[in-house]
This record gives sequence, structure tokens and C-alpha cells, in this order.
Amino acid sequence: MPERIVIPFGPQHPVLPEPIHLDLVLEDELVVDVIPSIGYIHRGLEQLVQKREFTEYVYVAERICGICSFMHAVGYSQGIEHIMGIEIPDRAKYLRTIWSECSRLHSHLLWLGLFADGMGFENLFMRSWQLRESVLDTLEDTTGGRVIQGTCKVGGVRRDIEKEKLDKMHRQLDPFEEQCRELGDVFLDDDTVKYRLKGLSVISKDDAYALGAVGPTARASGVAMDHRETGYAAYGDLGFKPVVETAGDCYARCAVRVKEVYASIDLIRRAIDQMPEGPLDVKVKGTPDGEYFSRVEQPRGEVVYYLRGDGTKYLSRARIRTPTLANIPPLVKMLPGAQLADVPVVVLSIDPCISCTER
Amino acid sequence: MTVNEEQTTISVALENLVREVEALHAGGYRLVQIGCTDVGGAYEINYSFDKGYQYQNLRLTIGPDTEVPSVSGIYWGAFVYENEMHDLFGIPVTGINIDFKGTFIRTAEKYPFSVTRRGGDSCRNA
Repeated sequence: MPERIVIPFGPQHPVLPEPIHLDLVLEDELVVDVIPSIGYIHRGLEQLVQKREFTEYVYVAERICGICSFMHAVGYSQGIEHIMGIEIPDRAKYLRTIWSECSRLHSHLLWLGLFADGMGFENLFMRSWQLRESVLDTLEDTTGGRVIQGTCKVGGVRRDIEKEKLDKMHRQLDPFEEQCRELGDVFLDDDTVKYRLKGLSVISKDDAYALGAVGPTARASGVAMDHRETGYAAYGDLGFKPVVETAGDCYARCAVRVKEVYASIDLIRRAIDQMPEGPLDVKVKGTPDGEYFSRVEQPRGEVVYYLRGDGTKYLSRARIRTPTLANIPPLVKMLPGAQLADVPVVVLSIDPCISCTER
Repeated sequence: MTVNEEQTTISVALENLVREVEALHAGGYRLVQIGCTDVGGAYEINYSFDKGYQYQNLRLTIGPDTEVPSVSGIYWGAFVYENEMHDLFGIPVTGINIDFKGTFIRTAEKYPFSVTRRGGDSCRNA
């Protein structure tokens, strides 16, 4: 009869520097049950919407997360724009798309590095982060900020990318893609990686859908759901197709992210090619009066901004449902059956962002 | 290709909530989120569902201290949203499959994960 013990995992852990707490119920080395806890760094940012003018809250939204900060700004801004009936210029839509995809690139490359680190593959970790640096350099070159860009606003964007910089970005994409494919080949073809990941913590398509999984976690189980398909920003013009795998294991979740890196490079390339001329923003008049559920696809999955305005310059409610919160139930279902040693890799496979969760 | 996204919101009475959620579950909708809004002396709770990017909301309006039945028996993953709703807004939700009893978001504890804390947590996996 195996002995049953409870091991606390987190809130701080060497492979997961984000404070999620999991009580792992073990029978010997086998995980049989999991109880999650959050709230360790809860910041009450939703309530702050009642104390910041609706145009200022973009700054708060950007600071919910340091990885997908730009996409938080897009989700919030387009929600306000919908409530106020604002149609932003086409060039602003394309610029939002380019910076969103740059954010996805650096998020996925960061994750690939952490995932490699979680498996003990130090060299792969460093190579992933080396490539991520070049994306951060591009963000800094085009927005002035590496982590917080501050370029998205209600009504459009604040900064343009001049033709010379767009040409430079375009020229850099081919060698960058080649390097990413070399890196991706290691993740997808290396025997050690396959041995660690294949068949680990499988979640079926039906379970992923029923449990509300989003993003690569859902798509790795065959759920072809990516909010970019709705064509927000410029995605409707770029012929976007979601990346889908079917195995539902840790390897499939890794493969989705590797292939999404290639897809993002392609989207940036096409956005640069099709970039329209024109203004960057429209003047915002009045105050939001109404409500809207704004949804965008972040690197970890769909984020939902529920915004409600009552005709004053302060919103009465901002509710932000982030992808990690949606992926906690699938995580709780996928961990039982794993060995204790595999827990860090399985937890990392949903790409948890506790900063987003603790908004 | 672009998929048109539709958003609809319908009001639902407390006694019909579970039945309406069951109908959406049977219709193949996934649970997107449950979110609460303070509307001055009352609470609005939005139950959001999605199927093929068609967004359907059930809106429940309740007074303070009204007990809300859990929908975690229908959508297992609803426990995160229902515990959050309880912890942040104080709304009592009955019958959650994993009821953290106020400790999911540890807003009430100054040092929630202190290693010197004794007695353990009251939450249990049902």
C-alpha cells in the first residue's frame, strides 16, 4: 500500500519563479491529486479602473503583465473603442498586429527557454533567450520600450514605424526565422526532449474543451480555437490560420508554440508587406457609455476584457479574465498520473503567467 | 478568412440559472468566464459561454447575501471563477466541487504562505 503524502509546490520554486501554489497529493512518487491556490501577489488592478480615467487605464492594463503587456493594451483599447463606436485607422491596426506578434515571439521564445531549463537542457535555454533578445531589441528600436511599450492607446497608436525601420525588420526576418527553425528542430526532433515530453500529461480534445482550456493548451489537444480568426486588428487581412496539434501531451503543447513562432514571423512579414499609409489615430471625443466583452489572443490564449462605462470619464467595471486562470482547471486535471519529477515540466507546459492571473 | 463574432446577453432568474447553463452545455458551448460586477447594492454576475466565437452571456442579478448555486457540476472548471467571485465580492456560492472557503485568492491573510503557519488550510478537494 503506497504511502499518501502532500507536498507543497511553490509559491517560489527554482523552475517556476512565479508564485502559484499547488498542494500535490502523492502516492510514493505519483501525483494523484492537486489543489491549486492563487492570490499571493493579488494587486486589485480591476478596481483601479474606478480611480483612473478610461484613457489612463491603458497604462494600468499594460502593467498587468510584463510579457504580453502590449496585448493587454490592445484588448482594453479595442473594448473602449467598440463601446464608443471608434474605428481606428488601418495603419494603426497593422502596427498593433506587428507589435502583438513581436510580443508573441518573445513570449514563446522565453517560454521555450524556461521549458528547456525545466528539463535541465541549459544550452537550449540560453539559445532560446539569445533569440528572444533580438525580438526585444526590435521592440526597443520601434517603440522605445523592451517590456512596456506604451504605444497603444484608445483611438489608435502613439508611434509609427518608419519605412526604413520596417525595411530593416523585414530584412532581419529571414535570418531570424532560420535561427528559430534550427532551435525548433531541437525541440521537435531531439530524442531526449521527446523522451521527456511524449505521452506526458495528456489531455484529450473533449476534456480540453469542456474544462475551458485556451491558447496553445487547447490547440495542442486538437481544439482549433484562436481568437485571431475573428480578424481583430489586421488579422482579417493577413490570412491567419491557427496552429493545431492533436496528441494533447507536453510535446504537443511545445510543438504548437514552436510552430506559432514560425507563424508569427510570417504574419509580421505579411503585415510589413501590406502596411497601408495613413494616420495613426483618431481623436477620441466623449466618454464610454455601455459595455463590451473585448477578446484578443495572447501568447497563452484568449484574454477577455469586460468593460462597462456609465458615461463618466471613469469606468464602473473592468473584469479581466486572463488565459492562465482559464488553464488552471486543465492543469489540475492533467497533473494526476505524472511523476513528481515531471511536475515542473507539466506546470510549465500551460505557460502559467501568475502576473496576469493576479491582476 | 474572418469569423464574425456575435455577442448576446440575456437575463436569467436565479431559479433558472442551472437549467439554462445545462442547456448551453448540451448545446456544445464552453465556459469562458464567470465575472461579477457591483451595481450599487446589488450584484450582476455574467456567465459567459462561447461556441465558434459566438459569445453568449447569461446575466444574473442578485442582492447581497443571496446564495448562488454552483455550476461546477456542469462545467467542472467553474470552480476557479466561483471561488474568485466568493473571495473578491463575498457572494456565497453553494455546492462548488472544490470549495476553498475563502482561501483561493488569499486576500484576507497577511502572510498567506508563511512556512511557520500551523493548522493547514481548510480547503479540501470534494
